Amino acid sequence: MNDLAEAIRQAIPGAEVERIENPGPSGQHSLLLGLPTARAVAEFLRDNQGWDFCSNVSGVDWPARKVKETVVRKELVDGVEKEIQEPVEREVPGYLEAVYHLYSIPKKSGPLVVRMRTANRTEAVSVPSLTPVWKSAEFQEREAFDLFGIRFDGHPDLRRILMWDEFEDFPMRKDYVAPDDCEYEPTPHDAVLALVKARQEVA
Amino acid sequence: MSQMPASNAVQTIDVSLGPQHPSTHGVFRMNVTLDGETVTRLQPVFGYLHRNHEKIAETNSWLAAMPYTDRLDYICPLTNNWAYALAVEKLAGLEVAERAEFLRVITAELTRLQNHTAFLGFILGDMGAWGTALMYAFREREKILDLFESLTGARMMCNYMRFGGCRCDTPPGWIEAASALVDRFPAFLDEMEALLTGNEILLARLQGVAPLTAERAIQGGMSGPVLRASGVDYDIRKVDAYGIYSRFQFRVPRGEVGDCYDRFMLRLLEARESVSILKQALATIPDGPVVHPKAKQRGLRPPAGEAYGRIEGPKGELGFYLISTGTDRPYRYRVRPPSLINLTLLEELCLGTKIADVMVILGSIDIVLGEVDR
Repeated sequence: MNDLAEAIRQAIPGAEVERIENPGPSGQHSLLLGLPTARAVAEFLRDNQGWDFCSNVSGVDWPARKVKETVVRKELVDGVEKEIQEPVEREVPGYLEAVYHLYSIPKKSGPLVVRMRTANRTEAVSVPSLTPVWKSAEFQEREAFDLFGIRFDGHPDLRRILMWDEFEDFPMRKDYVAPDDCEYEPTPHDAVLALVKARQEVA
Repeated sequence: MSQMPASNAVQTIDVSLGPQHPSTHGVFRMNVTLDGETVTRLQPVFGYLHRNHEKIAETNSWLAAMPYTDRLDYICPLTNNWAYALAVEKLAGLEVAERAEFLRVITAELTRLQNHTAFLGFILGDMGAWGTALMYAFREREKILDLFESLTGARMMCNYMRFGGCRCDTPPGWIEAASALVDRFPAFLDEMEALLTGNEILLARLQGVAPLTAERAIQGGMSGPVLRASGVDYDIRKVDAYGIYSRFQFRVPRGEVGDCYDRFMLRLLEARESVSILKQALATIPDGPVVHPKAKQRGLRPPAGEAYGRIEGPKGELGFYLISTGTDRPYRYRVRPPSLINLTLLEELCLGTKIADVMVILGSIDIVLGEVDR
């Protein structure tokens, strides 16, 4: 995979490619593509590297989260230098992710996991569409747009696919709250009630 | 006498086919524009059966999604179970008990048999031969469902597989009953083939309709029988050799022109290969536990990471993309639905054909709406 990343950097000047380690036992590591050159990299992967079959496109929501890490720092204690481990909380800003699983039909190899990340979860939610490269991504990118709210620039027909056209929210996001359905829930409560109130205040 | 139209400009008609239509295999809708009888535009409309399967699975424990996978492609619950179990086993690094591997192959191939059998009946119904062929097919399919019922307790909602194995062992006499059924099955396939494949009307309705080239099939993400009917040699049972498929001898049938007839015949040929796999598996199944002793079911917490596991389902490549953050429920649970993705090229296939062929083309792709809409 490191060879592939190097080949991409050599073929496409200025291409941003980063290897993302998968800590689990499946060993399916992935390549994180920079957004400006993602389309060119995808075409390179399809035409020069033989990844002709885009099997799966998946959205993933990563809200802002705190990661606990231990930082080692050196300090002089009673004139002796000691290593002190300190737990540190680091804030990771939220983003949305589009993950593509590619296979090669002639070489019978795969999956090659390729991912793109949006800048944040609110207004900068665009990634380049890879439907012009792999037609099979068409419905799946629509689905990621519908359920996660990722905008795919250059998609030929970016509309909601599973939810109805008038629907406003993105149900697969982690902070989604199901709307209050008065017919079935006579006593709205807690999170639902707070959401309804917030919406009324905005309106 | 009414007035003639002022110009002889082409008048097109918009027709909403479905969602309530006997040949849309569920609640699938197509907005079709017709010039006379010829299709000039086709827009599929999804979502009538949408219940956000993925979200529901993400709010439950890892094991609780297993019975829910039955409801995806409800014709083939056992292959859905296997795909999910396989993905979780990859994610958590679990091993599978030897006898369970055989049971998985046996139940999956029986599922493929009954799916392809039902397909033969459905596509005849789509062509207007309503009833007889479907009942012939369902009579045989019911015998396989009886086997599923005696093994798992349910005809269709089997909920049979577990991480690292299967839920229960076979009841006494089950292997013998399955062997007897498999031995008798080629006679039924011969009967269907003699009844159908030489039929002049069937040939006229299927041959040369909606041919699909190998390049377009790959580009459009087609998988399973539709991909192989276009002449692509790609069967995940051979490519990934998941489970214990590498131990069995079988061939991968391929089509030549990728028209509806090739897609139809491919199912018949695949069913015969499934019979061959079943005979080998039923003859060599070993004794032993059906769940790996180190596998954990309830309270499973796979280590943080992600995995994509896929199998060759009867409809195509069925995959699960799972992300774990080390908790007792999936952080991300994604189904790669072959039924939905095989519809990507539906408009391309239907353009220029007659409206009556649309149903046959849809039937030849073989979809189930429980999986399309999830």
